[in-house]
Amino acid sequence: MSKGTIRALIMADKQADRVVPPSGFTARLTLFVSGAMAFLAVFALALSLASGRLADRWASELARAATLRINAPGDQVAAQTKTALTILRQTPGVAEARALSREEQAALLAPWFGADLPLDALPVPQLIEIRGAEPGYDAQGLRLRLAAEVPGAVLDDHTRWREPLVDAANSLRRLALVSILLIGGATAAMITLAANAALAANAQVIEVLRLVGARDRYIAGAFVRRFTLRALIGAAVGVVLGMAGVMLLPEASDQGGFLTGLGFQEAGWVLPLIIPVLGALVAFAATWAAARRTLRELS
Amino acid sequence: MIELENVGYSYGGGELLGEISVDLSPGSFHFLTGPSGSGKTTLLRLCYGALQATAGQVRGFGEDLRGLDRDQMALFRRRIGVVHQDCRFLDHLPLSENIALPLTVSGHELAGQQENLRELMGWVGLTKRADALPPELSGGERQRAALARAVIMSPDVVLADEPTGNVDWEMSQRLLQLLIELNRMGKTILIATHDLSLIRAAKSQVQARVLRISNRRLQLAGADL
Repeated sequence: MSKGTIRALIMADKQADRVVPPSGFTARLTLFVSGAMAFLAVFALALSLASGRLADRWASELARAATLRINAPGDQVAAQTKTALTILRQTPGVAEARALSREEQAALLAPWFGADLPLDALPVPQLIEIRGAEPGYDAQGLRLRLAAEVPGAVLDDHTRWREPLVDAANSLRRLALVSILLIGGATAAMITLAANAALAANAQVIEVLRLVGARDRYIAGAFVRRFTLRALIGAAVGVVLGMAGVMLLPEASDQGGFLTGLGFQEAGWVLPLIIPVLGALVAFAATWAAARRTLRELS
Repeated sequence: MIELENVGYSYGGGELLGEISVDLSPGSFHFLTGPSGSGKTTLLRLCYGALQATAGQVRGFGEDLRGLDRDQMALFRRRIGVVHQDCRFLDHLPLSENIALPLTVSGHELAGQQENLRELMGWVGLTKRADALPPELSGGERQRAALARAVIMSPDVVLADEPTGNVDWEMSQRLLQLLIELNRMGKTILIATHDLSLIRAAKSQVQARVLRISNRRLQLAGADL
């Protein structure tokens, strides 16, 4: 499609637009489909952005936290803990290392064993909480040093359960993006159907226009402009409703877990405004393709 | 202007027209006659490229119509005015806009053409019907409107398919006069009709050549007309 053709298709031409009779159900269908799809696209976009934020947050928070466990005979625990703390304080990238008190450890076990757990009578390992700095520490290097100097130390940098969580959040983001693509595809398919119906219903009009010397570009333009404008209006309404729906979602909070904070944040609120433009572009391409095909068939 | 050389047209395995050779030279006036179903409309459609010859060659203004792409065909049709038997219009547009349709599709600004349009509507006697919708028009009004639409671009050739088919004798004479006037302005005219009285009426006023389709072949009509 040349630049001249695109300009001719986009530029408003009141006379040309009047030659195509206003059609009833295809107009309503296009408006409704674009509106509904834009509404869904707003939620898919919100989900995609929110799951992206969640993945980033989980990744960075968990990457900074680690636990060191000292599994040693009772008389060696204190010495190994002291050595481990010394090593940790010397390790670049470790911001803080703190041995948990007996009360803190008892509180951690309370949900499983009850509050009256006799911690002294049990071989409970000593836990050391590690907070990483930016950039983080070399976990592999730390493991090797601990293995040499603190035989009972086991470093858990949460990789085992951090990765599946981050993977899940990233999968959710990918699913939301795929949904947006599917919504775009479904919109294109529905608008193609509506455009085909309008073109078929106006076969006689097309014949008359050709008889009096209308070029295909002129005829296609009248249909393309009409469907593009309808898709733009429908999608704009859908986006407004969708954004209102997103605004009503609960704000992000620690109590609500990951089910809150699904809306847009800061500049993210601008992104849905692209949806009507994309909808119009999809309608433009779909109607242009349908018109070209129909006009070729009617030759 | 338009030349048909040994043209044939077949459809569904059967030959509808064959060995048709005719030259519509500039300023000529032709009648095309023959019984209903003889192929008059088909021949006209071959002349303006609505159908493609299955044999021979149709040339319009020196160009083989088969070699024209769809854009070139549109430009070719702007040089030809066609009056259809069923006077196809856009029913949702008022008559004045229907008549001005060839101007609209070729990108002319209608605002600058209002005087010409009024004059043309006056010429076909439809000034007072400018705002009427096509379904509101009588048969005669539709035929005159179709003629006005066919000539608004001042085409070199006017092809009319049974232009008097749905009108009374008085109106058919009026339409004939309009076509004769166009011919006197130098336009090439081809009228397909089975109305012999129309041909007789025209022959006393204009030098017309009468072609007859018989048994799928074209022949010059004899003096019996």
